[in-house]
Amino acid sequence: MGVVVIQVDYSAKDKIEEDMDQGDNLRKWQLSRRQVLKAVGAAGVAALAAPLMPAFLARSAGSGPEEGSKATRLRQWVLVFDLRKCEGCITKGTPPKCIEGCNAEHFVPEGQEWIRVFQVEGPAGHSYFLPRPCMQCENPPCVKVCPVGATYRNDEGIVLINHERCIGCRMCMAACPYGVRSFNWDQPENPPGALFANYSPQYPVPHRRGTVEKCMLCAHRVQDGKLPACAEACPMYAIYLGDLTEDIATNGKDVVKLSQLLADSSAFRLKEELGTRPRVWYIPGHGQEYGHEVGDERPPIKARTWQEQGVTLEKKREGASK
Amino acid sequence: MRTPTAEERLEERVFRPLVHTSLGWYLWTAFLIAIIAFGLFGYTNQLRRGLAVTGMRDTVIWGLYISNFVFFSGVSMAGTFISAILRITGAEWRRPLTRMAELTTVAALLMTALMPVVDMGRPDRVLYLLRYGRLESPLVWDIAVISTYLTASLIYLYLFVIPDSAVVRERLRGKVSRLRQGLYTLLALGWKGLPEQRKRLERSAGVMMLLVIPIGVATHSVVSWIFGMTYRAGWNSTIFAPYFAVGALYSGTAMLITIMFLMRRVYHLEEYFTEKHFRYLGYMLVAFGLLYFYFTFAEYLTIGYKLQSEDKLLLQELLFGRYSFLVWLGFIGGQVVPLLLAVRRRTQTIPLLFVASLLVNIGMWVKRYVIVVPSLANPLMPYQWGFYTPTWVEMAVTAASFAGFALVFTLFSKLFPLISVWEMKEGWERAREVAVPSQAGLAARPARLDSDPGGPRHE
Repeated sequence: MGVVVIQVDYSAKDKIEEDMDQGDNLRKWQLSRRQVLKAVGAAGVAALAAPLMPAFLARSAGSGPEEGSKATRLRQWVLVFDLRKCEGCITKGTPPKCIEGCNAEHFVPEGQEWIRVFQVEGPAGHSYFLPRPCMQCENPPCVKVCPVGATYRNDEGIVLINHERCIGCRMCMAACPYGVRSFNWDQPENPPGALFANYSPQYPVPHRRGTVEKCMLCAHRVQDGKLPACAEACPMYAIYLGDLTEDIATNGKDVVKLSQLLADSSAFRLKEELGTRPRVWYIPGHGQEYGHEVGDERPPIKARTWQEQGVTLEKKREGASK
Repeated sequence: MRTPTAEERLEERVFRPLVHTSLGWYLWTAFLIAIIAFGLFGYTNQLRRGLAVTGMRDTVIWGLYISNFVFFSGVSMAGTFISAILRITGAEWRRPLTRMAELTTVAALLMTALMPVVDMGRPDRVLYLLRYGRLESPLVWDIAVISTYLTASLIYLYLFVIPDSAVVRERLRGKVSRLRQGLYTLLALGWKGLPEQRKRLERSAGVMMLLVIPIGVATHSVVSWIFGMTYRAGWNSTIFAPYFAVGALYSGTAMLITIMFLMRRVYHLEEYFTEKHFRYLGYMLVAFGLLYFYFTFAEYLTIGYKLQSEDKLLLQELLFGRYSFLVWLGFIGGQVVPLLLAVRRRTQTIPLLFVASLLVNIGMWVKRYVIVVPSLANPLMPYQWGFYTPTWVEMAVTAASFAGFALVFTLFSKLFPLISVWEMKEGWERAREVAVPSQAGLAARPARLDSDPGGPRHE
C-alpha cells in the first residue's frame, strides 16, 4: 500500500500557524474562549485556593510527556473522508475495512470502535455512511477539561492520551461533542507479549483498565511517513491523510493539493457551529462512486475484533518489516 | 425546691446525650456501620474488578455516584449558608439551629468529596489531581472549592464549639472519660469567657460568616460547571450555576428540617426546636422552592421554545419518554406538594413539614439523577439512546454514603451539644439587656421578648 514520505522542511513554526489557520489570526484581536476561561478560572480559583496555588502553577505549565517528533519536520495532520467513495463496504459484502484495520493496528479493546461507521439518514431521505474517527480538534473540549493534563494536543495537532497519567474521571468523555472516547471499564485483553511493549501515548499498547481510549490518528505511523491504519485498509481509497503545512493529501494512490480537494468538493466538518475546529473533513456523498444507491438501507456489517482477525504482535512486526 | 433556670434546663437537656447512651443509639450505630460495611464490600468488589461492575458504560459514563455527588454538594451548601445569613441578619430564632445547620454542611461535604473518588477509574492516582492539577479543568476548580468550603465550614462550626467545650468540661467533670475530658480541654483553647476572648470570638465569627456565603455559592456553582462547560443538550446552559445554587438551598433547607425533626424526636429537644422554627424554615423552603421553580421554568421554556434537534430529543424523553416518571415525580412530588404543605397555615405542623422536607429530599435527588443521566444517554451522533441501570455495587455505595452522612450526626451527638449553648445564652443575655437596660446583666430570669431565641416557652 502506498507510503508517501514527504521531505520538505519547514523551520518557522510561526509562519506555519499563520498559513494554516485563519482562525488563529482572529485570535490576535478577539478574546478567545481559552483566554476568558483562563482569566475567570484563575481569578476564581486563586481567590479560593491560595494555599494550593504554588503546586498548581508549577504543574500546569508543560503537562504531558515530551514528544519525540523530529525537529526538522512539523506536520499538521488532517484526515479527509471522501463520502462519495464510502459505501460502508456493503457493496463488497465485508465489514467496514477501516474499523478492522484500526482494530488490528491498535488491538482495540472489545466493545470499542475508535473509528465508527454510522449509517445516517439524511434530511432529504437519503442514506449515507459517516466514518467517525477522533476529530483532532484545534480547540479540543476534551483537552480543556482534563484535570491532570493526561490528554493533550501534540505539536503535530494530534490529541493524545497519556494512559500513565489518566485518572479515569471521564470528564473528557462528557465534554467530547462527537462521542469519540471510550473507557476501559474492564481490563481489556492485550495481545501476548504486549505487557513488554514499549508503551507511549503515540502507540498506547498495552491497554489499561480505568483509563480512556480513543483514535490517535496513528501518531506512531504518520511520523514514519505511513498512512493511518484506517486509510491504508480502505479498499475504496476514500480516506486521505493531509498535511496543512504543506497543503498536500494522499489516500495511498493519488497525491492531491489538500486545499483544492476540500474547496472543489465543498468539504465540511462535523458540528462546525461548536467552534471546535476539527481537523477531519468530509466530502459530501453517499458512496455513489462505488454504486451505492441512496435507497439502499443495508447497514454495515459488524467489524471483527483483533482477536477474531487473529492478529498478534509477532505478525504485525513481520508485516512491518516486509 | 427552686425551679431550674433556663440555662440550667438547656444544659441538662443538651449535655444528657453526652453522658447517657441508650441501647437504641448502639443499635442505630451498628445499623449504620453495617450499611457502610456493605458499601465497602461493594467498593472492594469494584476495586478488584474495575468499574465494569457498575451499570455505567461508554454512552452513559456517569450514574449514581455523580448524582450523589451533586446531591450532597447541594445539601452542603445550605447548612452553613442558612446559619450565616440568619446570623448576619440578626434573626434571633436562629440560635437553637445554627449548630445543626453547620454540621449538615460538614457531613454532606465529606460525602461530596468522597463520591468523585469512588467514581474514578484509577483511584490509585487520586493524588495526581494535586500533582498535575490544571487550572483550566472544572474538576480542579471543584477540588479547590470543596476543600476550601470544608475548611471554612469546619472553622465556622468549631468557633462556637470553643466556649461550649469549656462548659462541657466544667459540667461533666468526672462523668466522662479522661480522654474526652482532655479533648474538651484541648478544644476549649483555654476559654474562660473573658471579655477579650468574647470579643475575639465575635470578630472571628463575623469574618467567617461573611466568608462562608460566597464560598458556599462558589461550591455549588463550580459543581454545576462540570456539566455547564460541556456542549451536551441539557447541560449546555448559561444559567446552570445559579440554577444549581438555588436548587442547593432548596434541598439543603429540606435536609435541615429533616435532621432537626429527627434530632428533636431522639434527643427530646421539643422545647428548643419549636413549631415556630419549623414554620420559619418552611417559609425559607417555600422561598427557595419558588425560586427553583422559576429557574426550572426559565431553563425548560427557552429549550422547549426553540427545540434544537438534540434539545428536542432530550426534552421528549424527559417529559413524555423513558425519564418522564422520574421527572414528574421530581416536579410534583419534590416541588409542588411540599410547597403546598409548607405554604398553607393548616398544614404547617411539624410532622407535615417533616413529610414535606422528605419529599423535597427525594425529589431533589431524583432531579440530580435526571440532570446527570439523560443528557449522557442522549445520542451525540446518529446512534441509539444509551442505557443505564445501576448495579447493586452502586446502590450499596450510595446507601453507604447516606449512612456515612447519618453517622457523622450520630457520633457528633455523643461528643458535643447539638445546640450551641453559647449562642443560646448570648441570646438570653441580650434579651435581658433590652428588657432592663438600667440593670443590664442583673436580671435573674431571661425576659420573654419577641427576640426570644425560641428557648423555654409554652405556646
